[in-house]
Amino acid sequence: MAGNRELDTATNTETTGHEWDGIKELDTPMPRWWLLTFYATIIWGVIYVILFPAWPLIHAATPGLLGYSSRVEAAKEIADAEAANAPLDQALMATDISGDEANPELLAYATAGGGAVFRNNCSQCHGAGAAGARGFPNLLDDDWLWGGTAADIEQTVTHGIRYEQDDDTRFSQMPAFGDILSSEEINQLVNYVRSLSGLDHDSALTQEGSVLFADNCASCHGEDGKGSYDFGAPNLTDSIWLYGSDPDTLRETITNARFGIMPAFQGRLSADDIRKVAIYVHTLGGGQ
Amino acid sequence: MLDGIKIAALGVMTFLFAMAANYGQEFVYQVHAVLLMLASAAAFIWAVRSTGSPKVAAAAPVEKGYMDEVVRYGVIATAFWGVVGFSAGTYIAWELAFPHLNWDLPWTSFGRLRPLHTSAVIFAFGGNALIATSFYVVQRTCATRLWGGNLAWFVFWGYNLFIVLAATGYVLGSTQSKEYAEPEWYVDLWLTIVWVAYLAIYLGTLVKRKEPHIYVANWFFLSFIVTVAMLHVVNNIAIPTSIWSSQSVILFPGVQGAMVQWWYGHNAVGFFLTAGFLGMMYYFVPKQAERPVYSYKLSIIHFWALIFLYIWAGPHHLHYTALPDWAQVLGMVFSVILWMPSWGGMINGLMTLQGAWDKLRTDPILRMLVVSVGFYGMSTFEGPMMAVRAVNSLSHYTDWTIGHVHSGALGWNGMITFGALYYLVPRLWHRERLYSITLVSWHFWLATIGIVLYASSMWVSGIMQGLMWREVDAQGFLVNSFADTVAAMHPMYVVRATGGILYLTGGIIMAYNLFKTAVGAGESTAPATTVAAE
Ligand code: HEC
Ligand code: HEC
Ligand code: HEM
Ligand code: HEM
Repeated sequence: MAGNRELDTATNTETTGHEWDGIKELDTPMPRWWLLTFYATIIWGVIYVILFPAWPLIHAATPGLLGYSSRVEAAKEIADAEAANAPLDQALMATDISGDEANPELLAYATAGGGAVFRNNCSQCHGAGAAGARGFPNLLDDDWLWGGTAADIEQTVTHGIRYEQDDDTRFSQMPAFGDILSSEEINQLVNYVRSLSGLDHDSALTQEGSVLFADNCASCHGEDGKGSYDFGAPNLTDSIWLYGSDPDTLRETITNARFGIMPAFQGRLSADDIRKVAIYVHTLGGGQ
Repeated sequence: MLDGIKIAALGVMTFLFAMAANYGQEFVYQVHAVLLMLASAAAFIWAVRSTGSPKVAAAAPVEKGYMDEVVRYGVIATAFWGVVGFSAGTYIAWELAFPHLNWDLPWTSFGRLRPLHTSAVIFAFGGNALIATSFYVVQRTCATRLWGGNLAWFVFWGYNLFIVLAATGYVLGSTQSKEYAEPEWYVDLWLTIVWVAYLAIYLGTLVKRKEPHIYVANWFFLSFIVTVAMLHVVNNIAIPTSIWSSQSVILFPGVQGAMVQWWYGHNAVGFFLTAGFLGMMYYFVPKQAERPVYSYKLSIIHFWALIFLYIWAGPHHLHYTALPDWAQVLGMVFSVILWMPSWGGMINGLMTLQGAWDKLRTDPILRMLVVSVGFYGMSTFEGPMMAVRAVNSLSHYTDWTIGHVHSGALGWNGMITFGALYYLVPRLWHRERLYSITLVSWHFWLATIGIVLYASSMWVSGIMQGLMWREVDAQGFLVNSFADTVAAMHPMYVVRATGGILYLTGGIIMAYNLFKTAVGAGESTAPATTVAAE
């Protein structure tokens, strides 16, 4: 083909003499910088695979001169961090949880660690800012279902709520009153419950409603409707609602009940992490 | 005789698909069976009619010249699927910014529309572009008609049937959960048949070529077809739960399965989105610039280095996972060595303009091709960098990857395809020129600004996301929750989605311009045969 070679005047380079559909090729040599960089990456590659684990053999791969292992490295980083925090963790677990908060150093440590635990394990249900959502309680206020001391919170987090896999879980079950009461009676209760917190209601119905409440609800929500930590029964006299206060939502709650579930974190988080997150939640504003 | 067998087989197939529609266990399987039944019934009728009438056979001219009708169809399909795929991308980009757009419906949820987007752009838009241009280029550079007669039509229609099956499957919730290989087993089987036919045509045409040598574009196209066949078959090995069910179990378990998947996934990038498109580049850039290819030697060396190295780089998608260290290290090393072979393509593309740089000022098509090669260079620098484990520990799982993908996809694959379509349409429809060069310029700028918005917003968002994830306080406690990072990325998502609108608008302008060109609008000499009868 050499016979067809010609000189390309624009670049002063010869063509290779091939041609396809009018396309020719110049016989330019490979750019030097390109070739040298290519060689350099190859040399770097050879050195790298000698230093690091690289070639699979029959039972294991070559370990590399540096003896590097990503798992060992990660395990070491975790162990180092844990060792650094170990004295504080021990101090945290050594005292009574309400005493921990008296020590400013421990308190700062626990809230920093508890915040991290919270953002990774709790925020998907309670919100990144702990403000909660429908069915998931707000943890910033002082309105508690099961009690708001640091010890109460620690208990809630450790064993969960209505979490059947944990024998010590907090448990209570509001009956579904749709099976027990007529819809007229439920309507009376709805109006009575709304009257407790001063919401618009039909006062003609509250009289019967209050009787029904005393018979069916007071055992858990209390005579005055202020709720009870023993049953995780919400206070119905304030303006804070877990599910909602409009008549339709109340009718739904009373007819079918709710049965909110929170998982137990024992076994998933270490005891000191649970303590940290309990202290963190306790300091958010509503702790008792 | 042969026709008789063909007709009988198509009849039996129609019947079998009707049966499958009846026995199908899932709704999506039944829909697909009906689609396949209609497709084989259509093929049956076509076969009967073309054998039945001796007149057609007699009137059919001896097949000579290039087989361009199928390329014309491919060009139309490319433009069509491009607009569909960009629309889907833009829509899911707005979904990420405003999740309400999921409408709480399964069919419009992000999880189903995302694979619809990726398949529509890669396989429907990119795949049709590759099939059409490879058919065009191989005929020109081998100076011969396509081998295999109507087999080329089978490949075109069969491939597009595959796309319709895949797309309807995603929306109806059928997936085998392998990225870029989501379609279920029977769709995979169908694609295998189509792809083998494609390979046969390509090889057949190369064998009967009238040129002494095989042009470099054809090496790239061939390596793309061969490798994709191999990747597709191995990655999709699965056992169906029943012949009447759309569900299956993947053969490779656990970490081996992950490795097979990313061996496939990375080489889908390497051979579908890179080697195939380099084939396009090696034809359309010298043609449009009217210059010889810069360096023959470089093309040989970078071709072989590229195809040898790509195959080993897959593990860089699995850094810091259960994959053993040695495999991660090899993946990283091969990726870094892949940098220069990738740039060989860029150098050959850009330097081919030597002596013709001035054309960039006047020719927006050439400008598109050059910008495309530029983006190729950029993403093949970014890729090896991201493959370094220390960098990947920041970039992995973040929007940085998404930015990398789209600077390659929008910049390189998109732009080179646009350039090729603008080159092809006037030639295929025998027009003296494009309907409007001004519209090409508009397309160029809309697409370029769209890419810049997309890539820059994703770099910012990706790096921010990575840094927020790893941010710890003095005692080693994480500072941010996942939701914090999502909230922080919101503005960047809006910018990206806006870039998507620009890119999509450019695509629509192109489709309009190509349509006007094809129908002959704006030709200086009014064609004598303007269709008035309609
Ligand atoms: C899967 C969702 C979920 C997760 C995760 C979760 N919670 Fe809860 N949590 C709930 C629900 C639901 C309730 C309310 C249960 C009820 O109705 O009594 C609750 C209740 C609580 C209460 C009791 C509030 C009160 O008023 O007495 C505390 C305290 C609490 N969660 C803390 C946490 C902490 C700390 C974490 C993380 C370690 C966490 N939660 C993770 C769902 C969740
Ligand atoms: C066995 C104890 C129990 C009894 C009896 C009971 N409740 Fe409850 N109630 C609860 C608990 C526990 C909750 C918290 C929701 C849950 O189940 O997760 C609750 C929640 C509610 C709520 C929702 C409050 C909010 O903030 O959204 C309303 C309203 C309510 N109860 C009304 C009633 C009425 C009316 C009756 C009587 C007809 C009644 N309850 C009887 C235990 C009880
Ligand atoms: C209008 C233009 C486009 C827009 C707005 C767009 C938008 C998007 C969005 C929002 C995602 C999901 C990202 C995520 O999950 O966070 C995505 C993914 C993807 N897109 Fe696009 N896209 C466009 C064009 C293209 C084109 C032309 C191609 C290929 C040729 C492409 C290939 C891909 C791929 C491969 C992914 C998956 C990336 C991954 O999993 O890492 N896109 N696109
Ligand atoms: C030398 C060339 C290249 C190398 C070494 C490379 C390397 C990489 C790396 C390291 C990732 C990130 C993996 C992760 O962290 O999950 C990645 C992702 C990706 N790259 Fe590249 N890249 C190269 C070129 C390209 C080109 C040219 C394109 C497209 C046209 C492309 C498309 C993609 C896609 C689609 C993904 C996302 C895969 C996914 O997670 O879904 N790459 N690449």
